Amino acid sequence: MEPIIPILILCLPLLGFLVLGLLGPKMSHKAAGWYGVLSIGTVMVLAYITAITYFFSGAPEFILDGTRLQYVVFNQDWLNFYKDLTIRIGFLLDPISALMLVVITTISFCVHLYSLGYMEGEKGFQRYYAFLQLFSFSMLGLVVATNIFQMYIFWELVGASSYLLIGFYYQRPSAVSASKKAFIVTRFADLGFLIGILILSYYTGTFNFTDLTGSVLANGSSVNNLITPGVVASLKFGGASFMGCSLLTWALVLIFMGGMGKSAMLPLHIWLPDAMEGPTPVSALIHAATMVVAGVYLVARLFPLYLMEEAALLFITVVGAITAFYAAVVACTQVDIKRVLAFSTISQIAFMMVSLGVARPEIHEGLGYMASMFHLFTHAMFKALLFLGAGALIHAVHSNDYTAMGGLRKYMPITHITFLIGCLAIAGIPPFSGFFSKDEILSACYENNFIWGAWMSMVAGLTAFYMFRLYYLIFWWDEPDYGHHKPHDAPWPMSLPLIFLALVSCVAGFIPFGEFVTWNGEPYHIHINWVGVAIPSIVIAVLAIALATFMYRKKNPLPDKVAKATGALWTAAHHRFYWDEIYMFITHKIIFNLICKPIAWFDRHIIDGTMDGLAWCAQRLSITIRPLQSGNVQSYVYVYLFGALLLGGVTAAVVLL
Amino acid sequence: MFSNPLIYFVVIPVIMLLGIYLSRNMAQIRTVAVAGSLALLGLSAWLLVDYLGLRAAGADAPMLYRGDWTWFSAMNIKLSVGVDGISIAMLLLSSIILLTGSFASWKINPLPKEFFLWLILLSIGVFGFFISIDLFTMFMFYEVALIPMYLLIGIWGTGRKEYSAMKLTLMLMGGSAFLMLSLIGIYYNAGLHSWNLLEIAQADSIDHTWQMFLFPMAFVGFGVLGAMFPFHTWSPDGHACAPTAVSMLHAGVLMKLGGYGCFRVAIYLMPYAANELAWIFLILTGISVVYGAFSACVQTDLKYINAYSSVSHCGLVLFAILMLNTTAMTGAIMQMLSHGLMTALFFALIGMIYGRTHTRDIRQMGGLMKIMPYLAVCYMIAGFASLGLPGLSGFVAEMTIFVGSFENTHTLNRVFTIIACCSIVITAVYILRVVGKLLLGPVYDKHHEELTDATWWERTSTVTLIICVAAIGCFPNFFANLIRTTFSPEIFKVLGM
Repeated sequence: MEPIIPILILCLPLLGFLVLGLLGPKMSHKAAGWYGVLSIGTVMVLAYITAITYFFSGAPEFILDGTRLQYVVFNQDWLNFYKDLTIRIGFLLDPISALMLVVITTISFCVHLYSLGYMEGEKGFQRYYAFLQLFSFSMLGLVVATNIFQMYIFWELVGASSYLLIGFYYQRPSAVSASKKAFIVTRFADLGFLIGILILSYYTGTFNFTDLTGSVLANGSSVNNLITPGVVASLKFGGASFMGCSLLTWALVLIFMGGMGKSAMLPLHIWLPDAMEGPTPVSALIHAATMVVAGVYLVARLFPLYLMEEAALLFITVVGAITAFYAAVVACTQVDIKRVLAFSTISQIAFMMVSLGVARPEIHEGLGYMASMFHLFTHAMFKALLFLGAGALIHAVHSNDYTAMGGLRKYMPITHITFLIGCLAIAGIPPFSGFFSKDEILSACYENNFIWGAWMSMVAGLTAFYMFRLYYLIFWWDEPDYGHHKPHDAPWPMSLPLIFLALVSCVAGFIPFGEFVTWNGEPYHIHINWVGVAIPSIVIAVLAIALATFMYRKKNPLPDKVAKATGALWTAAHHRFYWDEIYMFITHKIIFNLICKPIAWFDRHIIDGTMDGLAWCAQRLSITIRPLQSGNVQSYVYVYLFGALLLGGVTAAVVLL
Repeated sequence: MFSNPLIYFVVIPVIMLLGIYLSRNMAQIRTVAVAGSLALLGLSAWLLVDYLGLRAAGADAPMLYRGDWTWFSAMNIKLSVGVDGISIAMLLLSSIILLTGSFASWKINPLPKEFFLWLILLSIGVFGFFISIDLFTMFMFYEVALIPMYLLIGIWGTGRKEYSAMKLTLMLMGGSAFLMLSLIGIYYNAGLHSWNLLEIAQADSIDHTWQMFLFPMAFVGFGVLGAMFPFHTWSPDGHACAPTAVSMLHAGVLMKLGGYGCFRVAIYLMPYAANELAWIFLILTGISVVYGAFSACVQTDLKYINAYSSVSHCGLVLFAILMLNTTAMTGAIMQMLSHGLMTALFFALIGMIYGRTHTRDIRQMGGLMKIMPYLAVCYMIAGFASLGLPGLSGFVAEMTIFVGSFENTHTLNRVFTIIACCSIVITAVYILRVVGKLLLGPVYDKHHEELTDATWWERTSTVTLIICVAAIGCFPNFFANLIRTTFSPEIFKVLGM
C-alpha cells in the first residue's frame, strides 16, 4: 500500500487546524465551517478507501491464509532514546485500527456537518472548527499508532483538544472548571500510563506494538499471537517482582490506569459528566464515541500482553463490572439529559472493558475481544445519535434538563423517531444494532463465569430502564408551557446526521463483524445463543422498558413516591454517590491545604528564613564590632598600647620561662 | 585571534556596548540592540550549520574551533575557546533570548541607555562562559554575568527591588566562593599546570579523595544558580522584582549556566565522585522538582508562580544530569533549551500583561482572553509547553529525561524517577489554575476592558519564541542528535558505561 493516503489522512486535519487556527479570524463563519466539513469529508473518504483496501483487497500484506495481519504502512523516526528505543510516528493498519478509522471519521464528519446548524452564529465559530480538526487529527494519530509512545503522544494531544473543546464557552466559570478537571484527572491517569510505559519499554527494549504483541512474518507484516517474544518473557518470568506481582502485571495495570482515566472508569470517572459543559456535538464526538473508548482501544491493542497476565485481566473485569453498575444506577436519577447520557456512556464503555477482561483465547477463540470491538462500533453510532438528538432538543428548548421538556414527540418528529431508535439500540432490542453486540458481550461473560454474565445482564436491564425513562420524560410525560415559540425540528445539517446514524443503528447489527475483527485475525463466525443468552436478555430489556413505560409515560406521582421510598439511596445516587465531594475534599482540603500551603510556608519562612537569618547574623556581627572602627584616634592609641603591652608581656613570659 | 569565529561572540557585544554608549536617542539604542542580537543569532546559526558540516566531514575532536591565547602566563591562565553540540545549543538559546529580550524592552524607562549597557555586559558574560573551556576564564565570565544583575534589578526592578537584588547577588556570590575553591582545588590536584577542561578531563588525574571533597563544592556552587533546593530562594524574589528582559535573560539563560556548569565542570572533571555522591544531590534535586511544583500551586503572583515552576523544571535538569547516562543527560540539555525558551516566553508575556494591567496578582485579573486574545493565546501555548504537551518542547525534554532516568537501575534512582514523574500532574494543576483564573472566565476588572492587545514588537518577541518552542517539540531528533553525539566518551569510560 502506498503511504500517500495514510499520510493525507493524518495531515489534512492537522492542516485544517493550522489554517482555521491562524487564518480563522479572517474567514467568514460559512467559509470556515464548510472548509472544516470538506476537510474531514475528504479524510472520511480516504479512511474508507483505506479500510476497504485493508479488509477486501486480499493483498498478501493484509491477509494470509484467512488470517488478517498487521501492516505498518510507514514508520518515521521521531526521537531516539538509546539503542533501538525510538519513538516513531507511523501508521499501523490492522483490523482494529481500520475499524477505528471508519468510526472516527464517520462520527467526526457527522459532527462537523451537524455543527454547521448547531453552532450557527456562535462567537468563536472558526475556533470551534479548528479545535474539531485538531481533535480529529489527534484521535486518528492515536488509533494508527505503531508504537506505544506514539499512542501516548496522541493520547496527550487528544486530552488537550478535549480540554479546549470542553472549555469552549470560556467565559462560563463552570465550563472552565470542567475543562480543568477533565485535564487534570486524565493527566493523573496518564502518570500511570507513563510509568507503565517506562517499565515495559525498559525491560523489553522496544515500544513497537508488533514486537510486543506478536511475531513478524517474512513479508514484513505481523500477526498477534501468544508466541511470547523473549523480551516479554524475561519481564514476566525473569523473577523480578514488586509487592507480590510480576513487573509485567504492574506495567499492564499501570498502563490500564491511563485507560481508566480516558475511558472514565471508576474511580477516575468524575470528569466525564462535567465534560458535558462543552457544546453538545463535542460531547457526541469526544465524550461518547471516540476519545472515551481510547482506553478500551488501548487494552485491545495490547491484548496479547494482557493475556499473559490473568491478574491484570481480572482487574480490568472487576473495575469494568463495578463501573457499569454504578453508572447505570446513577443514570436512573439524573435530571440533566446530557448527564444521563454521560453516565450511560460510562456504563457502556465498562461493558466493553468487561468484555475484554473476560476474553480468553480458549473461550470461543477470544469471543470477548470481538464482542468488545463490535460494541465499540455500534455504541459509537447509537450514542452519537443520542447525543446529537439531545443537542437538537437542547437547541429547541434552550435547556439541558428534562423538566423543561415533555410531549416533544408532536413538535419534533424526526428527533423523536431517531432518538427512539437510539434508545431501542442501546436497550438491546432486536433487530437494532445494540442487541447483537451486547448479546456477544453477555455470551462472553457467561462463558467465562456465570457471575459476570448475571451481573452484566442486570446492568443491561438497568440500561433499558434509564434510557426509556429519559425517552418518556422528554417525548411524553407532561407538556410544559413552551410559550409562543413552539419547539421544532432542527435544520437539515442537523437532521441529516441524525437520520444517517439512525439508519446505521438499524442495520449495523447484521454486519458479520467476526469476519473482520478478532484478536488474532482469524475469522470467527457469530452465532447467537438464543436460548441461553439472547431470549433472557430480551425479556429483561422488555420488562425494564415496560416498567419505565408504566412509571413515566404519563405524568403521575409514582416516580416521586419511588424516590421517597428509596430515600437515602435515591439521594446518594442523585449526588453520584458523592464522588465529587470526596475528590473535592482530597484535593482542596488535603493536598492544597495540607501539602501545598505548608510547603509554600516552609519555603518562605524556614528555608528563606535561614538565608535571611544568616544575613541578619552577619549584620548583627558587623554592628557589634563596628565601634572598634570609630575613627577616634585616642581610642586607637589606647587599644594599640594595650595590645602592645599584652604582646610584650606574653613574649617576655615565653622568653623568661 | 580574530580568525576564530567564536571570539566574535564576545567581540560583537563589545561593539554593541560601544554603539549604545554613542547612541543619542531611543531609536538608535534599539537599532544597535536589535542589529547586534540579530548578528549574534546569525553567527550562532551559521556556527550550527558549519559545525554539523565539520562533524559530517569527519571531525572527531571533542571540541571544534579550538583556540588558545595566554593572558596571564604566571598562572597558566589562557583564553581557551572551543565548542561542541551542547555549547552551540546554549549559544543559540542565548542569542534568541537576547534578541527577544531586546524587543521586550522596547519601551524601557528610565535610563534606557544604561539599562542596555548593563544588559549587553551581562550577555558578554553569558556568551563568554559558553565558549570558554579554560576554567579560570570561564569563572571570570561567570562573574561578569552575575554582577550586572545586581544593578539591573536594583535600579529597573519593581517591588522590594533592593532587598531582592542584594539577596540574589549575595547568594550567587556565596555559590561562587565555593566554586572558586573547587576550581583552585581542581587546578592543583590535576597536577597538569593547566586550567583547560579537556586536558584535565582526559588526564583524569584528580585524586579520588580530593574529588569527594571538590565535587560537592563545584556542584553546589553551580547548583545555586541552577536553583537547587535548598539554595533556590533567591529565585522567586529575584525574578519577581526584575524587569521583564532581565527575568527573561536570567531564567532563560543565566540559570542554564548552573546546569551547564554542573555538567561541564563538576561531572565532567570528577566522574568518580559524581558516581559516588550522586545520591545526595539526587535527593535534593528530586525534592526540588516536586517541591517547586507544589509551591507554585498556591502562589498568587504570576512571577512567583513561574519562579517556582523554574525551580521545578531546573531541578529536573540537575536531576537528569545526575543519572549519569547519555539519554538522561541529553534530556537535561534539551530541558535547558526548552525551559529557557518557554520561561522567557512566560516572563515576556507576564511583563506585557503587567505593563497593561499594572498588577501581577491573579486574583485581580480574569477573562483576559476576551480583552487581549493574542497575548492570552500565547500565554496558553507557553502553559501547554510547560505542562508537557506533545508538539512543544517541554514534552520531548521531559520524556527523554524520564526514559533516561529509568535506565538507571538503582532503587533510589528509580524511586526518585517516579517521584519526578509526578511533577507532570502537579505542573498541569498550577498551569491550568493560572490559565483558568487569568485568561478564561468572566472579565474580573471592568477597567481592563479598554486595554489593548499586543504591539508589533511584542508580537515579534513572542512569535519568535513560540516558533522555537514548536521547532524543538516537532523535530526533537535533530536537537537530540546534536547534543547526544557530543557527549565525550571520556567520562563514560570512567563510569564504566
